[in-house]
Amino acid sequence: MDNEHEHVIEVTDLRRVYGGGFEAVRGISFSVGRGEIFALLGTNGAGKTSTVELLEGLTRPAAGRVRVLGHDPYEERAAVRPRVGVMLQEGGFPSELTVAETARMWAGCVSGARPEAEALALVGLQKRADVRVKQLSGGERRRLDLALALLGEPEVLFLDEPTTGLDAEGRRDTWELVRALREGGTTVLLTTHYLEEAESLADRIAILHEGRVAATGTPSEVTAAQPSRISFRLPDGYFLGDLPPLGELGVCGHEVDGRVVRLRTRELQRAATGLLVWAERARVELRGLDVRSASLEEAFLGIAREQEVAA
Amino acid sequence: MSTVAFAPVGRRLRALARAELTLLGRNRGTVVTALLVPLSVPFSVRPAVEQMDLKGAGLSVGSVMLTAAIGFSFLFSVYTALVSAFVARREELVLKRLRTGELGDVEILTGTALASVCVGLAQSVVLAAGFVLFLDAGAPRAPYLTVLGVLSGLVLCAALAALTASVTRTVESAQVTALPLVFVSMMGSGIAIPAGVLPDRLASVCEFLPLSPAVRLVSGGWSGQLSAYEVLGAVATSLAWIVLAVFAVRRWFRWEPRR
Repeated sequence: MDNEHEHVIEVTDLRRVYGGGFEAVRGISFSVGRGEIFALLGTNGAGKTSTVELLEGLTRPAAGRVRVLGHDPYEERAAVRPRVGVMLQEGGFPSELTVAETARMWAGCVSGARPEAEALALVGLQKRADVRVKQLSGGERRRLDLALALLGEPEVLFLDEPTTGLDAEGRRDTWELVRALREGGTTVLLTTHYLEEAESLADRIAILHEGRVAATGTPSEVTAAQPSRISFRLPDGYFLGDLPPLGELGVCGHEVDGRVVRLRTRELQRAATGLLVWAERARVELRGLDVRSASLEEAFLGIAREQEVAA
Repeated sequence: MSTVAFAPVGRRLRALARAELTLLGRNRGTVVTALLVPLSVPFSVRPAVEQMDLKGAGLSVGSVMLTAAIGFSFLFSVYTALVSAFVARREELVLKRLRTGELGDVEILTGTALASVCVGLAQSVVLAAGFVLFLDAGAPRAPYLTVLGVLSGLVLCAALAALTASVTRTVESAQVTALPLVFVSMMGSGIAIPAGVLPDRLASVCEFLPLSPAVRLVSGGWSGQLSAYEVLGAVATSLAWIVLAVFAVRRWFRWEPRR
């Protein structure tokens, strides 16, 4: 037997090069365990879809190795496909068919499909069964796509931007559904450019940037690697040198933009306390005071910035 | 493996064909061309056919018109309709989406083509019955050759449609890219002009056009005038085209839109 119980998805040094020579995926590695929700996070063009398409077995990688449930998804299509569900980034349905007809067609192509009505009910589309696909809203189309991905009760689910185009409520419903699927043991790999989505949904994430994994771990691990931030306006008549020595406050970096001071620290409480005690003693007000612990957003922006500086 | 996999293949093809048939019925333009053109052709070309020197070529008016009608069915109900269908499914990312599922590439193309191929088959049957009953085409002398001709013609039309779709960017431009084969076949493959009335040298070249052998088998089956050698030649030519087209489709078919 293979080791599918440890790693449902294994990616090693994966590369993808397009016809024109553009290298969209430049040697990425990660693995996803059974029952995990794993998010690939990145800006447009970071290589998320290019990576997912390799995992789905739509094309052969230029180099590196992909294993899904212990098999090569491209070479061993027949072994992998009945056990996975896929939602592409967009479209994929004839616009002149109704929702029910689309589901019926797809169900006929899936082994061990659950009843179509049940799949449509999972995503709340049962009342739209007789509507043509071309008349659905963008969000409804995403939900139809998700319903079809769930028809075969897959062990592994690939969702490429599952909530793009959904309103806030639809997005929350989808998150609930994905969580429920995980409870049932489904492994989920999704891509998103919504940080909030990755943070609240994923057990582990990988931030992709220009075809490489820039950071990976649980959302809190990725966040912990980033400093917290304090910003405020310098009171009139005061200069940066009037503050207590920044090193003693545990500040690891700072920038001044006009009168606005931004501090970075890995010891947020110590830095904030030192600053506030100083202000109290000096009897000054720190206007626009903003104290925040690191978030995934800052990690994300920080990574994009670092790479730009390096480039 | 193969015995286990056989049942689901039939089920999947049925599911795809059923969806395609529904789509076919919803596209008014396709329905009109697919149904009316081949059915009206015999009547519209009758005056011209009656003026040809058919007796000299050993042909009857009824069988010439039947051959023309079946040929038009190949070209419009199957070939042209399928070029549009393949392009439309590709541009709407339906083919890409299907490729993420359990179906193999051949199954996807076969399932998509099946509806139009069945329409073409039904038309041939209706046309043949109609001509025998009402237009006095006489019963076919070698019906198995006609059947062989219809089947090989349908398969070849489907494969050539997939190939044409690969060089077609939009559903609108399918009207143009399908034209060369339609034109060449009407003129040279014995559809609009019976092969027997072409000059000998031209006819011997036109024998090797893609749809010529299929049309030849259809009409030869009716007249019973094909020698075993001619039948063998037609079957071999048809088979060669089918093998070539299928190979080309496997090699060059585009599954996703150009971006």
